[in-house]
Amino acid sequence: MPFVNGRRRVGCDAGFRVWAGMGAAFTREKIRVCLKNREKGLWVMKHIAISILGAATLGLMASAASATTLDTVKAKGFIQCGVSTGLAGFSAPDDKGDWQGIDADFCRAVAAAVFGDGTKVKFTPLSAKERFTALQSGEVDILSRNTTWTINRDTALGLNFVGTTYYDGQGFMINAKKLPGVNSALQLSGAAVCVQSGTTTELNLADYFKANKMEYNPVVFEKLEEVNAAYDAGRCDVYTTDQSGLYGIRLTLGAPADHVVLPEIISKEPLGPAVRQGDDQWYHIVKWTYFALLDAEELGITKANVDEMKNSASPEIKRVLGQEADTKIGTDLGVSNDWVVNIVKATGNYGEMFDRNVGSGSPLKIARGINALWTKGGLQYAPPIR
Amino acid sequence: MQEHDMSWVRTEMALAQPAPAGVTGFSAWVRKNLIASTGDTILTIIGFALVAMILPQIINWAFINAVWTGPNRTVCATVAQGGIQPDGWSGACWAFVNAKFGQIMFGTYPVEERWRPILVGILLVVLMVPMLMPSVPRKGLNALLLIVGLPIVSFFLLVGGAFGLEHVETARWGGLLVTLSLSFVAIVVSLPLGIVLALGRRSKMPIVKMLCVIFIEAVRGIPLITVLFMASVMLPLFLPPGVTFDKYLRALIGVSLFAAAYMAEVVRGGLQAIPKGQYEGADSLGLGYWQKMYFIVMPQALKLVIPGIVNTFIGMFKDTSLVTIISMFDLLGIVKQNFSDANWATAQTAKSGLIFAAFVFWLFCFGMSRYSMYTERRLDTGHKR
Repeated sequence: MPFVNGRRRVGCDAGFRVWAGMGAAFTREKIRVCLKNREKGLWVMKHIAISILGAATLGLMASAASATTLDTVKAKGFIQCGVSTGLAGFSAPDDKGDWQGIDADFCRAVAAAVFGDGTKVKFTPLSAKERFTALQSGEVDILSRNTTWTINRDTALGLNFVGTTYYDGQGFMINAKKLPGVNSALQLSGAAVCVQSGTTTELNLADYFKANKMEYNPVVFEKLEEVNAAYDAGRCDVYTTDQSGLYGIRLTLGAPADHVVLPEIISKEPLGPAVRQGDDQWYHIVKWTYFALLDAEELGITKANVDEMKNSASPEIKRVLGQEADTKIGTDLGVSNDWVVNIVKATGNYGEMFDRNVGSGSPLKIARGINALWTKGGLQYAPPIR
Repeated sequence: MQEHDMSWVRTEMALAQPAPAGVTGFSAWVRKNLIASTGDTILTIIGFALVAMILPQIINWAFINAVWTGPNRTVCATVAQGGIQPDGWSGACWAFVNAKFGQIMFGTYPVEERWRPILVGILLVVLMVPMLMPSVPRKGLNALLLIVGLPIVSFFLLVGGAFGLEHVETARWGGLLVTLSLSFVAIVVSLPLGIVLALGRRSKMPIVKMLCVIFIEAVRGIPLITVLFMASVMLPLFLPPGVTFDKYLRALIGVSLFAAAYMAEVVRGGLQAIPKGQYEGADSLGLGYWQKMYFIVMPQALKLVIPGIVNTFIGMFKDTSLVTIISMFDLLGIVKQNFSDANWATAQTAKSGLIFAAFVFWLFCFGMSRYSMYTERRLDTGHKR
């Protein structure tokens, strides 16, 4: 019988009897059997549905070993790196769809340290809401997504920030043609300031002007696009948001050369990569990758000269590059001894990474500023590799 | 007896005269539609003035001044903006769309494997076109291939990992590929599931009815964003560490179930519009429940709600853009994502990219809408009220 359920069920009532020409021959006994079969049909249906669901669930779950992150990463052969869904200079897709930017390159550096090959990375673009769960649930191994290092994230959220790959902070951009001679935010008293509403940016702005006893007229919009359009149309004199963002916005303005980003930074936004708590080995590998990038810059080791530098006379450079006899620096960390060589070959040192992605070698043209090495008046400082 | 003079009676019909010159032709059309009254004339002048003001600028921006090819932002920026265009230039930056075209179509699907989604696209067209043309025979086989065969073949082609094809994880899918695959599956799943749910809701069996009502009302009570967000962010927290569902699959299930709930209500509207006599007629013929529904009720009900069904399809097609919230990049998502590429950041990039995305969405939605009107006319049996 086709339609087992449908036919049988209807078969239990009078309409079916008439249609089948059975009339009174359809006895009480037959009706009873019919009803019983109907129940059986439903039961079978139910169990088929449950088993399909169960099989689907099992089939789609990928079980993961409960080993250390380094072992898991080595077993799967690549690092899963959480990046932003698109922020100029930090992580953005290029024409081929490959992720470029400081945050993306940092993951390549870690891959180079672990595998000796900077291409063994897979990127997961994450929204601001998803980023922490993605790291906590093991979906990504590193969160390198312009994330501000705060105590709450280091403690309550169970993350470990490895360092500050970019010291960001709220800054101001002005139209130099409209406000000639202004070269400091302290000269902005009475200015109309474009700002996005409901953000910490707005609160920081109020604090800063109040603390410096200055007046300002906030021009508030809800959407970033509206703020950009209003500023470009000249509805306000000053635009305030994170300084790295100001440079990206400047590129989309009608006359970027007229606009100047002022040097003041009025809030602290240290952006850095984070890993899960509870795996010190992995934490150290990621942290020392960051330090190695800085130490390489400090010692003048670049992508171009790293092979020559291996034979350098300086014992410090030889030590960093793992060329000392019986060195155990790399293996103690859990990677090979030439890990720094691999990192620099893959991404260059920190300075090269900065220039290529956000600095003078990129359209953003962000000055090093406080992101310069400590030897050049900046904040980037790394403990020695020894 | 009075004799009648019959000479005034016509013996043949007067020939039809052509309409007077005043009511035909272009001038009459203008008089009737554009300058029938003072108010009309004023509106016409305003309308023409607006078109004359806006249209040249649009054509100028989108075609004449537009940049079609180029390596990076310099071709779309004026000298002052750090580019090569003269100052005061304003034109569409189609070079951006051109450079990102592969991504807009396939996301970050590996370049050397892109023949796979292209092949799936060709298969879809080859199966879809005869399906949509009523005169082509073998509709049953065609439907089977399109609804069952194509998804299976596409699964192996797109995901890979079998038959010597390299595995491409769904995280690398994007662009039109995601938009079309999500909405195709959602459409294929939601219509039958929606019909079943609608029947269930009108069923006399209390448990079936209750389950259907609960499902429909629960899903309709939650925004799609919440469903996607729960599936993407909350679900991993409940699963054991390291155990993950594919994100694309989560979105696929979410969108399909969501669409099914809406579809159920559309179909229920059609069921309610069928007069009771039709049900009773079917009963009195001795048709069983499924026969009654299949032969009598559904053909009438579905025909009635074609506009509603297609409305849901179109809405769903556009709703797929919401998967951006869980960092999957559909057509719109991938276009917006590429605005962050500093190599293409200009004042024109965002406008051009968004207009292109809007055009692609419009093409598909307008196509669906026209086809539904055609189907309505074809199935019209003169019951229009």
